[in-house]
Amino acid sequence: MTEDQLILTANLERADDFYADLLAAHEDLSKAESDALNARLVLVLANHIGKRAILKQALAAAALKTGEDSD
Amino acid sequence: MNKIFEVPLYPYERHADEDAATPVRRKVVVIGAGPIGLAAAIDLAQQGTEVVVLDDNDKVSFGSRAICFAKRPLEILDRLGCGQPMVDKGVQWDTGKVFFDDRQVYDFNLLPEEGHKRPAFINLQQYYFEEYLVNRVRELQQQGAPIEIRGRNKVSAIGTHPGHVVLDIDTPEGSYNLEADWLIACDGAGSPTRQMLGLDFVGRVFEDNFLIADVIMEADFPTERWFWFDPPFNKGQSALLHKQPDGVWRIDLQLGWDIDKEREKRPENVIPRLQEMLGKDVKFELEWVSIYTFQCRRMEQFRHGRVLFAGDAAHQVSPFGARGANSGLQDTDNLCWKLQLVMDGKAPESLLDSYDIERIHGADENILNSSRSTDFITPKSEMSRVLRDAVLDLSEQYEFARPLVNSGRLSVPCTYDGSPLNSADALNGPERTRPGSPCPDVPLGDGFLLDQLGDKFVLLTIDADAPDVIEEEGIEVARLALSVKDDKTLALKDRYLGSAESGVYLIRPDQHVAARRPSFDENQFRHAIRRAIGKE
Repeated sequence: MTEDQLILTANLERADDFYADLLAAHEDLSKAESDALNARLVLVLANHIGKRAILKQALAAAALKTGEDSD
Repeated sequence: MNKIFEVPLYPYERHADEDAATPVRRKVVVIGAGPIGLAAAIDLAQQGTEVVVLDDNDKVSFGSRAICFAKRPLEILDRLGCGQPMVDKGVQWDTGKVFFDDRQVYDFNLLPEEGHKRPAFINLQQYYFEEYLVNRVRELQQQGAPIEIRGRNKVSAIGTHPGHVVLDIDTPEGSYNLEADWLIACDGAGSPTRQMLGLDFVGRVFEDNFLIADVIMEADFPTERWFWFDPPFNKGQSALLHKQPDGVWRIDLQLGWDIDKEREKRPENVIPRLQEMLGKDVKFELEWVSIYTFQCRRMEQFRHGRVLFAGDAAHQVSPFGARGANSGLQDTDNLCWKLQLVMDGKAPESLLDSYDIERIHGADENILNSSRSTDFITPKSEMSRVLRDAVLDLSEQYEFARPLVNSGRLSVPCTYDGSPLNSADALNGPERTRPGSPCPDVPLGDGFLLDQLGDKFVLLTIDADAPDVIEEEGIEVARLALSVKDDKTLALKDRYLGSAESGVYLIRPDQHVAARRPSFDENQFRHAIRRAIGKE
């Protein structure tokens, strides 16, 4: 595994807790507010990752297009 | 009122060509006395080439229109002998503020790099810009240069032939024919030349309307660029406020595509909108108002035999980023030395095909950048609006989001990567001066590098030996010998050598790098010169 490789194996610390945090963040929000929160979250995480190669792999992975591995 | 744009600067005068028994043949005819046409004519006239500029009008542009002129075009104007009056008159700015909805989200400083003769940008009304170019034409005429502007000479038909073009021209006193070896069409986005020749104008990536107003006011707005996303006074759209000389402020209000243009332009509709934007108590006077419609598109080829297209006639972009007039000036900068060499018989006609290659590369870069700005400013889907608003909301609190805010990526010159005129990079030098790049300026004592490069091929040596002159294929290339010691700020070293100890650059007449090596190698540089004039 290199630095430029998106991690697609289990890597989350305390996965259940993170998932609960994610749901909690959306609790009581309208659809529009939730969409906005998700958008901000994506941007915050993307900035943390920073590397374009990783982000391209992440976009491809999220699109669930298997077999079309990007560069 | 006696504004410069109300005075005929090149009134119609009957020319002997109108009474000639057979059509007179001129070397170069330029259609359009706007910024690009005048720049082309001055460039050629400075080389001693006969050039006639035809314009269907007799005055400079009405209203401010193109207002933001970037460093590279100012450097080109220096080469054309009229950069100084532009910079003296223009307004310089480097602070910008970004507003979203009813609040300021952040401000920024352009932090222009030190060690350049010219500022990153000036704001100047297009009518001043054109006036100073016309002044330069008059100056050249006094020096005996073969350049003329014929006002109210409207081209009504164009016949193209392998070795020349024939023009039908209407004047207030009738019609006449004129022949030209070469025709440069700088007649704007609606280019009648393009239409008369039945040529394409493809792309149409985006369409929008802007209300553009010049407002005279005595107000305490600072000299800054203010950009609003989705402001209360223009819901769902954008707005821009810029300061110009003479206490004139330029306001651009985005209107969207499906609007009633005549209605929007009426003062009773414009004034309340501006009042809301500027504040209830601000007194202002409307000098000029117009609706500007733009599209992003370009011709598939800028060269059609003996007809060459430049500026908006060849390509049109959105106004975000000041890429219209600025890129047009880079077109003629690229074209004129090539055309001159072809007319002088020193380069094959095919050199002009590199104009197509290099400036289409430039146009595509501009269209890409301005399309991305447009996508940010005017989101095309619900989710693109959600993402855009997320960026703006984050930018208020977090620095990381600010580079994503796109209210126009301000024009920077194009590097002609992959151009057939470039020789392979043989210097382990800085990226910014690789072959194809425009030469960045450098302070040299009391002066600057670009003024010393001028408008001929130059062999720039930095701590390297070379002959004072080399001549290849009739092209004389004089050496400009410099040392990193000539510049205490070390900009010369940083911009041209990097970690290399020495460097030799072959620089084109348009001040772009054609080749570079660590030392002078006669064979390699002769080869590079031939390549740069289209002979290899």
